[in-house]
Amino acid sequence: MTILITGATLPNGDRTDLLIDRGVITETGSGLSSAGAARIDADGLTALPGLVDLHTHLREPGFEQSETVLTGSRAAAIGGFTAVFAMANTSPVADTAGVVEQVASLGAEHGYVTVRPIGAVTAGLAGKTLAEIGAMAHSRAAVRVFSDDGLCVSDPLLMRRALEYVTTFGGVIAQHSQDPRLTEGAQMNEGALSSELGLAGWPAVAEESIIARDVLLAQHVGARLHVCHVSTAGSVDVIRWAKARGIAVTAEVTPHHLLLTEQLVRGYDSRFKVNPPLRREEDVLAQRAGLADGTIDIVATDHAPHPLESKECAWDEAANGMVGLESALSVVQAAVVDTGLMSFADVARVLSSKPAEIGRLSGYDAAFEVGAHANLALYDPAVSRAFSTEQLHGKGINSPYLARTLPGQVMTTIHDGYATVRDGRLVDADEVADAAREAVARG
Amino acid sequence: MRHLLSTKGLTRDEAVMILDVAEDMADVAGREVKKLPALRGKTVVNLFFEDSTRTRISFEAAAKRLSADVINFSAKGSSVSKGESLKDTAQTLAAMGADAVVVRHQASGAPSVLAQSGWIDAGIVNAGDGTHEHPTQALLDAFTIRRRLHGASARGRDLDGVTVTIVGDILHSRVARSNVWLLTTLGARVHLVAPATLVPLGVGDWPVSVGYDLDDAIAGRPDVVMMLRIQAERMNAAFFPNAREYARQWGLGDERLALLPAASLVMHPGPMNRGLEISAQAADSARSTVLEQVANGVSIRMAVLYLLLSGASEGLG
Repeated sequence: MTILITGATLPNGDRTDLLIDRGVITETGSGLSSAGAARIDADGLTALPGLVDLHTHLREPGFEQSETVLTGSRAAAIGGFTAVFAMANTSPVADTAGVVEQVASLGAEHGYVTVRPIGAVTAGLAGKTLAEIGAMAHSRAAVRVFSDDGLCVSDPLLMRRALEYVTTFGGVIAQHSQDPRLTEGAQMNEGALSSELGLAGWPAVAEESIIARDVLLAQHVGARLHVCHVSTAGSVDVIRWAKARGIAVTAEVTPHHLLLTEQLVRGYDSRFKVNPPLRREEDVLAQRAGLADGTIDIVATDHAPHPLESKECAWDEAANGMVGLESALSVVQAAVVDTGLMSFADVARVLSSKPAEIGRLSGYDAAFEVGAHANLALYDPAVSRAFSTEQLHGKGINSPYLARTLPGQVMTTIHDGYATVRDGRLVDADEVADAAREAVARG
Repeated sequence: MRHLLSTKGLTRDEAVMILDVAEDMADVAGREVKKLPALRGKTVVNLFFEDSTRTRISFEAAAKRLSADVINFSAKGSSVSKGESLKDTAQTLAAMGADAVVVRHQASGAPSVLAQSGWIDAGIVNAGDGTHEHPTQALLDAFTIRRRLHGASARGRDLDGVTVTIVGDILHSRVARSNVWLLTTLGARVHLVAPATLVPLGVGDWPVSVGYDLDDAIAGRPDVVMMLRIQAERMNAAFFPNAREYARQWGLGDERLALLPAASLVMHPGPMNRGLEISAQAADSARSTVLEQVANGVSIRMAVLYLLLSGASEGLG
C-alpha cells in the first residue's frame, strides 16, 4: 500500500510531502508524486508522529463489558495513537507469559495500534511476591514495563527487589504512588473542598511520600523508576529534585490532571471521580510547568473505561477512572499548546518519542525521516468541536469532557503504513485487520 | 422550594421563613387535633439507606400531621445492593408516584445525585448524607435556639450575635457542617472545639473560629454549647487515645457544666453517649434542650415538607 501525503506541516514547522510505501517513509520533500498512491491532502494539518500511550486500560481479558483490546484500540486510533501499553489489572492478571502473549496477539490481529502489555510487578497484584517478570520479559510479548497500577507496591522491601530485579531484563517499574494507609476510603483530594463536601480526603502527601521513597530506592539500587500519573505540585518538586541528583526517574501526567480541578467534584458527578483525584488549580499549573520544563517526561492517558452502572450511583460507590484516549491530544493542546507553554514539537516528544523510549518500543526515535516506520497522525489544530459521546469509540462513555468544547481533531492516523483513521473516521475493522496481516506478511 | 439538599445554599431570609413556618406548625402540635389537611393526597417516601429510627419517625410524624401518605423504604438489609441501587430505587419510587423523597444515605452527595439525576421528579429532602450535611437537624437546632432566646416573639428574628460553641467530631459530623452554614447565615458566631485530629482540613476557609480547649471556650460564656456524638469507630482509628481521655478533655462533665452560665443552652443532636461527650447531669439539666430538639424536629420537618409540596413558595432554594 502506497500513501502520498501532501502539504503536511511537521512538528518543527516545516512543510513537506510524505511518501509511504510498505510501512516506511520512502521519500520526503515538496512536489512528490507517485502513480497509484492513495493521496491525502494534509494542507493545514499538523503531522505528528504516531502517539504512544504508556498507560491504557484495555480491560481484556476479564472485564470485556468495560472494554476489549479491539474497542480500546479503536479509541486509541481515533485519538491519533499508534501504540498503547496495556495495564496489567485484567482478570486473570497479566502476571504470566500466557496472559501478556494473548493481549499482544489480540492487538496485532486487530491492527489498529501496536499493543504492548504491561506485566504485573507482583503475583495477582497482591503485593506479596514478585510476578514471573523474567518469563514475561522473554515471552513473545517482550514485556519491558511492569506495574501494579491501581495498587501501589507499598512494601518498601518488595519495591526495592522489584526495581533491582527488572533491571536484569532492561525493564522499568511504573509505580502507582499511593500510600494505602493514608488513603483508606479516600474519595477526592483532601483539602477545604473535601471537608465541605464531606468526602474522605486523598492527601497529596500520600503520593509525594511514596515518590520520595521510590526515587531514593532507585538511586540506591541503580535502577530505573517510572512514576505514573503525577498529580500534585509537591510530587513535581520531588521529581525535579531527584532528576537534579541524577536519579533515573521518569514521570507521566494525565491529560485530565493538566486541565481539570477538584472544583468539578462539587456537584458529586462521578464522571469526575478518578485516582489519583483531581487536585487544586495550583497543582494543575505545576503539572503544566513540570511538563514544559521536562521534569515530567510524558503525557499518558490512564484511559479507564467503566460500564454505565459503575458511574450511575452515589459518589462513594462509583468506580474511579475516566476514558481519555479519544480526547488526549485535544486536551494537551488546550492545556499546554494553546496556553503557549509548549509547541507541537514538544507534544511529539511527550506523546510519542519519549513514552516509546521509556517503554523500550522501537521505531519512534526518528519520526518523518526517510526509512522511518510510518506511524503518524494528521491533526487539525484549528478546529474546535463540542465533545460528546459521538467522539467516543471505546465502550466507555465516562469522559469528563462531555458537553465541553475542545480544540483540534485527528483527521488521519497511519499505523505501520496503513490508515486506521481516514477523514476523521475510523477505518472499518476488517480493512484494518487485512492491512495488518499484509504488514506482518511483508515483515 | 424544589429540594432541600444543604443549608449552605440558604439565604438568611429563606432560613428565617422556614423557621417561621415551623412556628406555625408547632402551634398545630398544641391543638387537640394535631393534624392539618395541607398535603392530603401527596405521597412522601422515607428512603433510608442507613438506619436512623429517630430521624425517620420524625419525618413520618411530620408528614402524617400534614395528612400526606407515608411510605417507609428501608434500603438497608433489603435486596438493594450497591451500584445501580440508587438509580433503580429512585426509578421505582418515581413509578409509584412519590411526590417527595426523604433520603438518608451513607454516601455524601447521594441526595444531590438523586436531585440532578433525572431518575425521579420528586422533591428531595436530605435527611443526612454521609459526612456532608443534615439540613433539617441544623434547622431544628436554629429553631430551638431562637425559641429559647425569644419565646413567643421569635417569629421573623434571626440569631444575630448569638454565640454557639460546637464541640466534638467536627471532621465526620454532617450536623456540624449544616449548623456552621446555617447558624452563621443567621448571624450567629460559631466556635468549633475539637482535638486537632477531628478538625477538618481547610477549616480556615469556614466562617468560624476554631480552638482545641473546651475550658477556654466555656470561659468565653457562649450562649449555646452543642455537643456532638462520638462514634465508636473513631476510637480505633487513632483520632484520640481512648474514651477516657476524650471525656476528660472534650466531654461536658459536671464541673464544666457548673462553670457554664446559667442561661447557656446545652444541645445534643442525639443519640447521646452519656458519660462520654456529655454527663447525665448535663443531659438532664434545665439548660439541656435535648427533648425540645426532638419535638421541634417534627415542626421543622413539617415546614420543609409543606414548603416543598404545597407550592407555597415557588422559586425558593
